[in-house]
Parts: sequence; C-alpha cells; structure tokens
Amino acid sequence: MAEEVVLLDFWPSPFGMRVRIALAEKGIKYEYKEEDLKNKSALLLQMNPVHKKIPVLIHNGKPVCESLIQVQYIDEVWHHKSPLLPSDPYQRAIARFWADFVDKKIYDLGRKVWTTKGEEQEAAKKEFIESLKLLEGELGDKPYFGGENLGYVDVVLVPFYSWFYAYEKCGNFSIEAECPKLIAWAKRCMQKESVSKSLPDREKVYGFVLQLKKAFGIE
Amino acid sequence: MSEEVKVFGAWGSPFSRRVELALRLKGVQYEYIEEDIFNNKSPLLLKYNPVHKKVPVLLHNGKPIAESLVILEYIEETWKSNPILPEDPYDKAMARFWAKFLDDKCLPALWKAGWSPENEREKAVEEACECLKTLEGALNGKRFFGGATVGLVDIAANFIAHWLGIIQEATGHELLSAEKFPHLFKWTDEFVSCSIVKESLPPRDKLLAFFKDRIAGAMDAPTEASK
Repeated sequence: MAEEVVLLDFWPSPFGMRVRIALAEKGIKYEYKEEDLKNKSALLLQMNPVHKKIPVLIHNGKPVCESLIQVQYIDEVWHHKSPLLPSDPYQRAIARFWADFVDKKIYDLGRKVWTTKGEEQEAAKKEFIESLKLLEGELGDKPYFGGENLGYVDVVLVPFYSWFYAYEKCGNFSIEAECPKLIAWAKRCMQKESVSKSLPDREKVYGFVLQLKKAFGIE
Repeated sequence: MSEEVKVFGAWGSPFSRRVELALRLKGVQYEYIEEDIFNNKSPLLLKYNPVHKKVPVLLHNGKPIAESLVILEYIEETWKSNPILPEDPYDKAMARFWAKFLDDKCLPALWKAGWSPENEREKAVEEACECLKTLEGALNGKRFFGGATVGLVDIAANFIAHWLGIIQEATGHELLSAEKFPHLFKWTDEFVSCSIVKESLPPRDKLLAFFKDRIAGAMDAPTEASK
C-alpha cells in the first residue's frame, strides 16, 4: 500500500527536528511543508485544531500531534527498522522519563536565556546548565542515550544543539565549558546523516533569534 | 516469581491515585507508602526520585519509575490483563494526545480557575471552560474516553471526575455542570461509579476539609502541591 506521509513544520523548531530525525532514521519518504506561523495554513488549523501548532505528522490523511507522541508513533508503525525505544519495559520507562524531563526543562529554560537579562537570565542559565548536567549523568559513558545506537532520548534532545550557539551568544556563556560530555555526544550525533540533515545551521538559528528579539523589543 | 510492587504516594494526590487505579484495574498487588509531601518527604522517596523529588513513584522489584503517565505506560506494558491503551498505533497516539492535553493544559487551567483571585477569575474560567469543551468533544458520546472500558485517558482525567467537584464545593465556583458539558458530566458519574475506581479515590469529606482549610492561602498548581 502506498504510504502517504506529510510533515507540517517550521525550520527552526526543535520539536519539528525530532520528527525529521525519526523519519530519516526509518528511511521514510515524506512531504515536508513549511508553515508560516504568522499565517497558519488551513491544513494546519484543520489537522491540529486543539493546539494549532507544528509539527503535525499526517499519515495517510490522519494527523498525529505533539512531537514525543509523533516519534513514538513513527517508532511503532515502522518498527522493523532502527528501533528508537528499547524493547524492555523498564528501559522504555527510563527513556520516557528523560524525554519528559527534556520537555519540562530545556525549551523553557533556553527561551528564558535568550529573552531575559540580568538576574533572571543568570538564574535561567544556572538551571539550564544544571539540567544539562543531569542529562550528562544519565548519558554516562554510553555513546548515545540509546546505548550503542541513536535512541528516543537522543532524538528528543539533540535538536536543541542547533540552538546552543544562540543561547551562548545571548547568555554570554559556554555550554561546552560546563558540559563537555554532552557537547561531545551532540557532535557524535551530528555525524549521522539523519541528524545533520534535520538540524538547521546554528548561525541561521542565531539570526532567527536576533530577528525575534528585535520583533519582541528585547535587547 | 514473587513480584515486589510498591507505590510511594500522597492520599490527596490525583497523580498518585492514577497509579493505584491502574494497578487495581490489572489486579496487581502492591504495598502503599504514604508520603508527607508538604512537610517531610522520606529519604527513600528522595533516593528513588532524585530529579523531581515527587510522588508518585512506582518501585517494581527494587527499580523506581517516576512521573504518573510514564508509570501508567510501564504498568500497561508489564501487566497485560485489562489493557488501558488500544493496540492500534494511531488510536494509541490519540490516547496519549488526550492524556498530555489533560496534564499540560486542562488540569493547570482548572486549578487556576478554582483558586484565582477575583480580578483574574473571568479569564481563568474562560480558559478552563475551553478545555472542558475540548474534552467534551473528545469524549464524542462514548461511555468512557477509552470506549467501552476505562482507559489511560479516563485514568488521567481522574481529577475532573472527583477533585474538581470537591473544589467547586469548597470555593463555591462552578466550572463543570450538566447544563454546560452534559457528556463530560455524565462521564464523571460513569467513572466514579465503577467499583474499582470508587475504591481508589480519596474520601470526599477528607478532601473537602483539606481544600477548605487552604482556601485563604495561595496555592501552587496541582503538579507541585499534590505530587
């Protein structure tokens, strides 16, 4: 049966990048549709009426929303290739826990780093680094969170690497100095085509952040 | 093989009650450990959930799992009787979507609307009602979110079935009524009427007294206070 896969996305979105990586890992052909978030398409509003957000994965006409749910869906439907979640229920629970941790912490703290100044920014930077250090602890000596191969947590976390440069410039700090193991992990992931082709250039992301700062009147 | 299953919870927490309900639905025996989450968390809890230091924590044969929705998926994968998730990947994705909607949007909005100061109340109530309206639509005339039987989404929505009504009584502000959300209202009845569910809910009068006691003070969202 011909599979039809469409991804509604926005190029700098780390959430969209997760889905791009998952689809690439599984070798799935899909149609990528770039959304203008200031002018959302009728298709987007129809496919995600509850949140009206990207990414939206449309599989044979049926929409799946929320990036963690999309990655798990992709893993379950195309289960014969490059499994992302482990097969053991306890290991799966650990992977889900850390994916949830990334969602609770990294995006919001990163956002605070580039949208605030002074004490608020310092507090955000501190908590951001603390969160990355906890993730470093979970990674341990493994090449990937998934063990020998890219897994669920790798796919969930690595998109933020494309934003690290922007966070560093805006926050005037070095993530590598604080979390060298994590940066080494990220660079290892970037050696994979599924990751390198899914993440935008870091300068492009920084340019985008500068545009947003200007639009929001943030110095 | 003897299974050792323990739940670290708090009597009033909808999140720890979710875990207990799922275990009971699957007929899994477990030891319950009550945590004093407001004043004195046990060293064991802090050891088993060092990242968030919250309840619930499930301990299975010495191995800990935290975060109620993560625990529910683990329970589903480990004990196969009375499934709480559909088999079909798409239907499973939809169930996960609604469970996440409850945790990310709905419960925080309901909590905020319940406790908002006068000047913020109108907006908070509006947002909460939008969430309830969305859930009403998601229920789509079914008996349970899970279809014919209680599923993941029903379990995740336990706050709406039990806690919400009690908060409404304590604060005097109504959010969920039979007139405004008839299907969702009926669902709350169906849900709490299930004997296994009923057994797993905290006593109404105890919860009411708890909320009345704290009405004057400021409260954090349920993810903080009740966990």
